[in-house]
Amino acid sequence: MSNSIVKFKPLNIGRILVWGFFALVLLLAPLLFTSSLSHTMLSQMGIFIIICLSYNILLGQGGMLSFGHAVYSGLGAFMAIHTLNMISSGTLPLPVSLVPIVGGLAGLVFAAIFGSVTVKKAGTPFAMITLGIGELIWAMSLMFPGFFGGEGGVSGNRVTGSSPFGITFGPQIQLYYLIALYTFVCTALMFALTRTPLGRMLNAVRDNPERVEFVGYDTQRVRYIAFMIAGFFAGIGGALAALNFEIVTSENVSGPRSGVFLLFTFLGGATFFFGAIIGGILSVLAFVLFSELTKAWLLYLGLLFLFMVMYAPGGFASLIMMNLRVVSYGKFKPLIGKYCVLFVSGVVALLGLAAMVEMIYHMQLNQALGEGLTFLNIGLNVKSAASWGGAVAVMLVGSLIFEFTRRKFAVQWSTIQEFIENEIKRKESL
Amino acid sequence: MSSYALQLKDLRKSFGKSEIIRGVNLDIPVGERLAIIGPNGAGKSTLFNLISGRFPPTSGDVLLHGQKINGKKPFEINRMGLSRSFQITNIFPKLSVFENLRCSVLWSLGYKYTFLKFLADLDDANARTEELMSMIKLDKKRDVLAANLTYAEQRALEIGVTIGGGASVVLLDEPTAGMSKTETTRFISLIKEVTVGKTLLTVEHDMGVVFGLADKIAVVVYGEVLAYDTPDAVRANQRVQDAYLGSAVADEQGAQHA
Repeated sequence: MSNSIVKFKPLNIGRILVWGFFALVLLLAPLLFTSSLSHTMLSQMGIFIIICLSYNILLGQGGMLSFGHAVYSGLGAFMAIHTLNMISSGTLPLPVSLVPIVGGLAGLVFAAIFGSVTVKKAGTPFAMITLGIGELIWAMSLMFPGFFGGEGGVSGNRVTGSSPFGITFGPQIQLYYLIALYTFVCTALMFALTRTPLGRMLNAVRDNPERVEFVGYDTQRVRYIAFMIAGFFAGIGGALAALNFEIVTSENVSGPRSGVFLLFTFLGGATFFFGAIIGGILSVLAFVLFSELTKAWLLYLGLLFLFMVMYAPGGFASLIMMNLRVVSYGKFKPLIGKYCVLFVSGVVALLGLAAMVEMIYHMQLNQALGEGLTFLNIGLNVKSAASWGGAVAVMLVGSLIFEFTRRKFAVQWSTIQEFIENEIKRKESL
Repeated sequence: MSSYALQLKDLRKSFGKSEIIRGVNLDIPVGERLAIIGPNGAGKSTLFNLISGRFPPTSGDVLLHGQKINGKKPFEINRMGLSRSFQITNIFPKLSVFENLRCSVLWSLGYKYTFLKFLADLDDANARTEELMSMIKLDKKRDVLAANLTYAEQRALEIGVTIGGGASVVLLDEPTAGMSKTETTRFISLIKEVTVGKTLLTVEHDMGVVFGLADKIAVVVYGEVLAYDTPDAVRANQRVQDAYLGSAVADEQGAQHA
């Protein structure tokens, strides 16, 4: 087998580089972005990366569309905050840095309990059961204020217990590095999972569960183990969130929260491992930055999701990979011009649309402030025909140019894809 | 251990009120190559589904090496050494040829559901997969996704996935369905090659193939075994000729349904 060892060696160097780069980014990011806002955001990114990756074990690798993943991250978070409070009260001598493990175990246990029901079915029934369990836990969170803290949630204080080497996790930067460490280890572990017999059989179950039964595997068992692993990592993510915000509310187990994990894992790209990482980063950018820019941000997010589902179901990760393939065959240059036109015209069309959306929002929500509003330093008036006409005109011009270019681009794109397919076939027949 | 690889004892299966399999009795010795023929709708595929555990029988028994397997789940039957292929190609479309085959060998090598070992380190599984890949002559398509293979290649992969686990009893459901004449000839020799020493049951429509490949032929008509004998004896059997070979064979060959 010396042959295959030689063959695999360059691949491993590439892998070391990638993981080294990832570690370096995690290490240096808070030194490059030094504001307290960016430290908060980076911490949240780490958390969302872990949870989106755990969700993608189900969605991307196992073909399990779960609508209730927040149950496991959320219950992990609740267990973590209670553990933290026990540490504070002195009943539990546990270092704060290990609280995420407690959250992970909680996620694992709850996934083992609920999963035993959930994984009995695949496909649509599976999705329905996860939705049902999500609603169940959400309803319970309001029924048992002792554990869930009712409306106000449960709060804690992460500066507690022993502080080895003076690390108290009080300053955000210290907590960030704890989160970064967990992010790195969890990402590595979840990537490793995709390289194991269980990980591969999970892909097989996604592709064709019936055939899996005829090669000796119990599909329910495969899904169940994967479900528990996903619950474990979701619990770690949830516990880190509990440490980060020092408060856990019933929102953490809610359906909308599950929807966020689904939406951003999909946007990032469920078909590639790193897609969920992109999704995790995007979610924080959207929630923290984008929501500051406009009140209508959820509408834009919905539009983006809609377009991605229709035109790029593989998410950003697949867009990146497809273009990288074009680059590797040296066919990217002729596309650059069209990409630029597409980008500019797309932005123009979006600006026109956004101006109208902002005016509508202004009419609905901010009427007391008068008829005028500023959008990107342009004065608009909701009662003025010029404002509306201008917005429509800008949008139309942008859309027309975009559509015109898109058609040409589509032709060129398919020619290039055909060329690449032929190249691959030619290489195979050699 | 029984000297019979597979025994069917008064096997029956009803869907609603209609009885599709109506008391099938067969004793198939170890190492035999049996072709099951019969007109469309005779219950050949249903018979395979009953044996492989896809459906439970309504009554009667299926014995694999003397052990009762009726009512067991497909994966349990597979672990006991019976593997099957499908009439409509049934592989893992988004996995590569190599990964498809590797999925089929993992259980038999004892790796079960482990997530504590890397696939790349499983030398025996990888060697077995490479061997399978060259056996079915897809070694040049190693990293091609199964969905992107040609039809004939997918059929070959189907066989590869079926025999990957090293089952001693192999059921092939119309392995050459939809193939051209030359492809069929090549494919039959491939099947012969990869099932050496195994007990083979195959449903086949092409009479040339049947008489070339099989030691024995079982003729199934309306859910019953009409004859179970050597190809020459079956050919000479008057009842078979009346019921099936005489007029039906021409329609059968012409129809070539999927």
